[in-house]
Amino acid sequence: MHRRILVPALSSATGHFIAQRVSAVVLAVLGVWLVCSLIGMDSFEHGSMRAFAATPLNSGLLALLSVSMAYHSYLGVEVVIDDYVHLPRLNSMAQLLSRAAHLVLALVALHATYQLGFGT
Amino acid sequence: MTVSILHRMTGVAMSVGLVVLAWWLGSLSLGGDQYDTFVGLMSSLPGRLLLLGWSFAFFLHLANGIRHLAWDLGHGFERQQADASAWLVLLLAVVCTAVFWYLL
Repeated sequence: MHRRILVPALSSATGHFIAQRVSAVVLAVLGVWLVCSLIGMDSFEHGSMRAFAATPLNSGLLALLSVSMAYHSYLGVEVVIDDYVHLPRLNSMAQLLSRAAHLVLALVALHATYQLGFGT
Repeated sequence: MTVSILHRMTGVAMSVGLVVLAWWLGSLSLGGDQYDTFVGLMSSLPGRLLLLGWSFAFFLHLANGIRHLAWDLGHGFERQQADASAWLVLLLAVVCTAVFWYLL
């Protein structure tokens, strides 16, 4: 029921299945990209890390990584909550909390990557 | 079966790690002082242990996720193959984590 509110097109179980797989593949690629990028860095100091994250391509990839991760995490936590929280009202509250938290984290990350790539 | 519950546990661990990802990006965009505070916390012993845990979680979830995608495509679902790939996932996760921290 709660799925219909946020993602109308993906309200079915099949939609959930596909969305989870698509975000998984995106995350597999971008996760390995981030790991390789971190390995390739000379230093983790602010200047060099910012230089890395500030190119339009990298800030875009970091934004995509963050949003995919928040979405994939939201889908996963949704299943976990349904498996362990059976009281209807508690379940709804937990789902609402998870949705809000994932939304806020995605927005924080999006704002940050936008500032890094295109801010002054 | 053990790897299946590990998949869920590492997934939930990384859901918590999402907070750190957002914090990392946020502090990086805010400026040197905020970023240094973040790096300082993550460089402490508890911070390093958390990062070690999250890196292991990432590699295990990635390797097992690929295993799941292979199943979706109809590969490796035989009992013997599934048992073998479970061990491979565990081995890969440990090796990748070790190599990652060695190279970092």
